Amino acid sequence: MLDNSRRIDRLPNNAGVGYKPQHFDDLRADPGPVKWIEIHAENYMGAGGRPLAQMRVLSERFAVSVHGVGLSIGGETPLDPDHLARLKHLVEWLNPASFSEHLAWSTHDGQFLNDLLPLPYTNETLAQVANHIDQVQTTLNRQMLLENPSSYLSFAQSTWSETGFLNELVRRTGCGLLLDVNNVFVSATNLGLSADGYIDAFPLHAVGEIHVGGHDEDTDDHGAPLLIDSHGKPVDDPVWALLDKTLAKTGLRPVLVEWDNDVPDWTTLRSEADRAAQALALVA
Amino acid sequence: MSNTMKTVAIAGAVAAAMASQVTTAQGAAKEKCYGVSVAGANDCAAGPGTTCAGTSVVDYQGNAWTLVDAGTCTDIELPNMADGTPRQGSLEELDRDLPA
Amino acid sequence: MNPVQRRFREALLDAERAVPPDLQDGAGAPAGRRFSVYRNNVVVSLTQALHDAFPLTRKLIGAQSFDALAAHFVRKHPPTSPLMMYYGDALPEFLGSFEPLTHIGYLPDCARLDIAMRRSYHAADTPAVDPSAFQCAPETLIALRLALTPAAIILRSAWPVFDIWRMNSAEGGAKPRVMAQDVLIARPDFDPAPYLLPPGAADWLEALDAGRSFRDAHDHALQTTPKFDLAQALTIALQSGALTDSKTKDR
Repeated sequence: MLDNSRRIDRLPNNAGVGYKPQHFDDLRADPGPVKWIEIHAENYMGAGGRPLAQMRVLSERFAVSVHGVGLSIGGETPLDPDHLARLKHLVEWLNPASFSEHLAWSTHDGQFLNDLLPLPYTNETLAQVANHIDQVQTTLNRQMLLENPSSYLSFAQSTWSETGFLNELVRRTGCGLLLDVNNVFVSATNLGLSADGYIDAFPLHAVGEIHVGGHDEDTDDHGAPLLIDSHGKPVDDPVWALLDKTLAKTGLRPVLVEWDNDVPDWTTLRSEADRAAQALALVA
Repeated sequence: MSNTMKTVAIAGAVAAAMASQVTTAQGAAKEKCYGVSVAGANDCAAGPGTTCAGTSVVDYQGNAWTLVDAGTCTDIELPNMADGTPRQGSLEELDRDLPA
Repeated sequence: MNPVQRRFREALLDAERAVPPDLQDGAGAPAGRRFSVYRNNVVVSLTQALHDAFPLTRKLIGAQSFDALAAHFVRKHPPTSPLMMYYGDALPEFLGSFEPLTHIGYLPDCARLDIAMRRSYHAADTPAVDPSAFQCAPETLIALRLALTPAAIILRSAWPVFDIWRMNSAEGGAKPRVMAQDVLIARPDFDPAPYLLPPGAADWLEALDAGRSFRDAHDHALQTTPKFDLAQALTIALQSGALTDSKTKDR
């Protein structure tokens, strides 16, 4: 068992990074401004071996955020009880400072599609998602954070705005929110909306964590910009600017740099964390 | 073989196996193993991780499977173990349509 | 039930299907190729997962050929669990029936080796039996009960899979010999490795794991393989950390 007595019980208002196993030695030798790390829950659901051994060591020194990518909270079918049980096991073992998941679905009819897929925002889906969040928070016996998605399209049947939908989920379930400002920028560009307007309408009081990450640029059938949330390059300048605006409204929050594809060496990732720390220093 | 002889044989084999064990450094060096060697230096057995990111790589779906590069199997020539039929390691004629 | 996600899922894995009509861009026009972003995300990420998961198989047929094959596989066998570390159990059988590759008879067993390496990597940490357990009176020794650790996996093949692995893992590795090979995949610390088992050793290890005593397992191995060499088999079992005190396994 891990010694949970010394664990930090909330994420610090500092810079964090998405943790990758190849950074184990460098992160410990030269953490720079990094005070906390985020892991994908599913990668630590094996029975043993190096992943869990690394977490035993790192959790002594860094606050840990467990970020699920496979629970399918936005799914129209019930949550997978086996997966929920695995999550409970992990959270009880690691006692992380935070647990978060996505407003998205990934499993349908027993098939896991390994992507964060969108849902229409209707009264019906609102009730489904709220039920799923209740179930997660009851099972884990803790508050969870829900992350806003990056959108490439919208649904004709939606009757709620995304911010209205998230606000209502917070009201119904008491969950917190993970505000991904790169996702805001990507979605706003893709759907022709104002990123600033989205932040203004967002229930900022519920934000327990902020994400930034890199995106790619493409175009749709009509030549309109289509940004892809690829987490494969440095954070774009407009996203840093949106982070500054957001932090000016929220005050200090934990800020995480996500880099999942073409993961760079530690020095490069650390310099992104430096930049996040600078943004936080402007608010302090 | 009598039971006694069996026991003696087992004890002798175990002694030989023990003698061949290389004593390894314990404990102290262990944490070094927690790290992962630089990607590409060896094949990591960890397998795939999850992602919460998208990709801008395009998948061109097609029903044909074309050999676009040949791997090391072209250097391996083995008879079919089951029936002794000689088999070729070559992949050169493998450009064909697959049943849908 | 609400069909939105079913329609979405069906169109994701089948590019012949029309984009679901309820999907739009920001101005209310049909989503068109915006939907392709999700199609790409699903197929490319699953293909990449297999690419990472099957290093030996990939090397044997070439990385690009492997990826093209994987793109077929992921549509026929999408994952049934969000634990991507275990994805691809159906690949060996798929390879065995994938017509352009069926003449490479050893390919499915090489994919099984890749799977075993991953299973071993993520298996529970169980301490290997302390060699001092063998320093005991002969009567105690023959009654010892041992078991395989969770990280130890035996792969029996009609092909020289160990040789094929070795040829692909080391610079200038020798070409495979023409022989059937049993392989033990085990994990002394955190890095699993294949070990070539001498004749009869797989039977011996499986008998031990089935709960038979040290003597009974030895008898069993000699029955199946008269030239079974206990010293050689035990040397490999101890080196690889594959054996544990059977009490430990029942934890």
